[in-house]
Amino acid sequence: MKWLGWSCLLLMLAGLYGGLVLAPPDHEQGESYRIIYIHVPSAWMSLFVYLVMAVASVVVLVWRVKLAAILAQCSAPLGASFTFLALVTGALWGKPMWGTWWVWDARLTSELLLLFIYFGYMGLDSAIADRSTAARACAILALVGSVNIPIIHFSVEWWNTLHQPATISKLGKPSIHPSMLAPLLIMVAAFMLYYATAVFARVRCELLAQERGAQWVRELVSRG
Amino acid sequence: MGERAGEPRLKMDAFFDLGGYGFYVWSAYTVALIVLVLNLLIPMSRNRRLLRRLSGRPGRER
Repeated sequence: MKWLGWSCLLLMLAGLYGGLVLAPPDHEQGESYRIIYIHVPSAWMSLFVYLVMAVASVVVLVWRVKLAAILAQCSAPLGASFTFLALVTGALWGKPMWGTWWVWDARLTSELLLLFIYFGYMGLDSAIADRSTAARACAILALVGSVNIPIIHFSVEWWNTLHQPATISKLGKPSIHPSMLAPLLIMVAAFMLYYATAVFARVRCELLAQERGAQWVRELVSRG
Repeated sequence: MGERAGEPRLKMDAFFDLGGYGFYVWSAYTVALIVLVLNLLIPMSRNRRLLRRLSGRPGRER
C-alpha cells in the first residue's frame, strides 16, 4: 500500500516535470496543450476503471465472489472522479481551443453519460440494504452500461466530432513527439498506480467494516 | 530594465502564464489535485475512524 502510493507520487512528479517543464509548446495549440497530461490519463482511467468493474461484475454474477463485488463497489467513486476530471479538464481545454466549454458532440456526450452511469451505480448500491442483492443488481447495471464504453472509444472515428482524434493508438506511430509523449505515458502509469492505491484503501475499509466480527479484524485492532 | 537581474523572474512569470493559457492549464491541474487528494483522504480517515470504533468496543457490533 505505502509502497504503491510512493511510487505513484514519484512517477507523477516525474511526469509533471517532463510535461510542464521539459516538453516544448505545441506548434498549433501553444502552451494550452499541457492539459493533455491530466486530461488523457483521466479519460483513459475513466474507461479502464469501468472495464475493471465490468469484469468484476461478471465474476460476481457467475461465481458470487464477495471480494469482486467489493472491488467493483469501491471502484465506482474513483471511476466517477476520473470521468469528472476528464470532463472538467476537457472543458478547460475546450474553452481556449474551440471557444466553448461544452459541445454536444459524440465524445463529450458519451463521456457525460458514463458519469451518469457511475452515479447511477453508486446510487443503486447505496439504495439496497442487503449486500448480496446490491452486489448482483449493481453487477447487472454495470454490464448493461458497458455498452457505452466502445461508443466512447470509437466516437471520434464513427462520428465527425469537434474532439481531436486519438493522439496515441496501439497500431501505427503516435502523432506526437517523443519529448511530449514520454511524460504522457509516465502520467498514465502514475494514474494507474493512483487508482490501485486509492482502490485498495477503499477495499481495506470496506473489508474492515463488513468483517468486523472476524478473527483477523480483532487481531488487527488489538495490535494497533 | 535590468535584463540580467530580471531574467529568472521573467522565466517564472512565463512558466505560470503559459502563453496566456495559464488560467486554463493551472485550474485544470488544481481541480485534478483536489479530486485526487480527496479520494485518498476520505478512505484514510474512514479507516482510522473504523479502527478507533472497533478497538473501543471489541466484539459488540457483531
